[in-house]
Amino acid sequence: MERIPVLKMGEFLLVTIQVDMHDQLALTLQDDLTSQIVKYRTRGVLIDISTLEMVDSFIGRMLGTIASMARLLDADTVVVGMQPSVAITLVELGLSLKGIRTALDVEKGMEVLKSALLDHGDADDRGETGDEVE
Amino acid sequence: MNPDRENNLARILHSKATEITAGWLELQAKNGRRVSAAETQDRTRTSREFFNFLSSAVQHGSYDPNDAEWQATRDLLTDFSGSRAKAGYSPSETALFIFSLKEPVFAALQAELGKDPVALAAAMMQASQLLDKLGLFTVEAFQRTREDVISRQQQEMLELSTPVVRLWDNILALPLIGTLDSSRTQVVMQNLLEAIVATRSDFAIIDITGVPVVDTLVAQHLLKTVAAARLMGADCLISGIRPQIAQTIIHLGVDLGEVTTKATLADAFSLALKRGGYKIVKPGVTEEKRSGGGER
Repeated sequence: MERIPVLKMGEFLLVTIQVDMHDQLALTLQDDLTSQIVKYRTRGVLIDISTLEMVDSFIGRMLGTIASMARLLDADTVVVGMQPSVAITLVELGLSLKGIRTALDVEKGMEVLKSALLDHGDADDRGETGDEVE
Repeated sequence: MNPDRENNLARILHSKATEITAGWLELQAKNGRRVSAAETQDRTRTSREFFNFLSSAVQHGSYDPNDAEWQATRDLLTDFSGSRAKAGYSPSETALFIFSLKEPVFAALQAELGKDPVALAAAMMQASQLLDKLGLFTVEAFQRTREDVISRQQQEMLELSTPVVRLWDNILALPLIGTLDSSRTQVVMQNLLEAIVATRSDFAIIDITGVPVVDTLVAQHLLKTVAAARLMGADCLISGIRPQIAQTIIHLGVDLGEVTTKATLADAFSLALKRGGYKIVKPGVTEEKRSGGGER
């Protein structure tokens, strides 16, 4: 059966979506991912969609669902490698993937996850901004 | 047609020059729009010049404005209609400059040749054809100038289309000038996203100092651009919000949400540097002094 691999990379999990998604595939992926997060006690998930040429609302929603599930298990999700045209399409569809972190590529995504693990949350960031204004 | 008749028009244009020009100028003043003294003077000068050229070309026996004898006249008319087009005159106002010459010329012909209907008709026909051609030439020149203006403006519009500027490693700026409509937003978004990929930037500053009006639609377009940049993993800041714009945005109830906004590009830039882990230090200023200044 068709399956999307979930790879463990150090302390993070890497999911590379390269094929068209459909309901069954999405469900399997959610199963695999959540069980792996629990199994390895992962704190960060990278979803690489750099090979996706087009997205629809289904994939957009699925990404959101996966991110929420991961969040429940205390793992941050970063979607990486989105193509410019895909970004524009998602925005036009009204899906701006609120609550999901994004990064340009896997490398940057790792940095994002690492810094998120370090200072956890935007609160500290905001504090700095306040100082800056003064 | 006998040569005498052929020359009737030339002769009368020459002998009655003063009267014809006077009548012509009067007609122009009556028909035209109200203009300043300087413009009237300018028009009078052009009219006299034109009439002299016309008269001398006709003396040379040429009745076709495409002949070499008419070169000076053509240049004058091109200049004239060009300046008219730029000053915002309508084509008919411009053509009227030539056509209003008909009346005094016909009156002069009538007065001179009234007793010889055949000669009168011939001369009138000649004058009419000549002036019609000149009139058409004027309109064409007018149109050409207008088209030049239009194509130049199109060029300028294209050049306005949003450069993406690299301010620093990982920091891009997008100074927006002019109104944001949907098609322009599309171009802007595409440029920005491609630049983000090409430079692997983490921050993009959208500067809207040059955007004259921010209504709900423009705000929506801005938010879309910000959201798209975020999807690419770049942090977007909006800067250059003028006081009136800030008021408009709030009065319209537009929610810019979690987008960081700054009043000036400089503020946004320094925030981006700070978030990127950079620190701006003035050489010679010690750490204590700086922190002391910051706390004040």
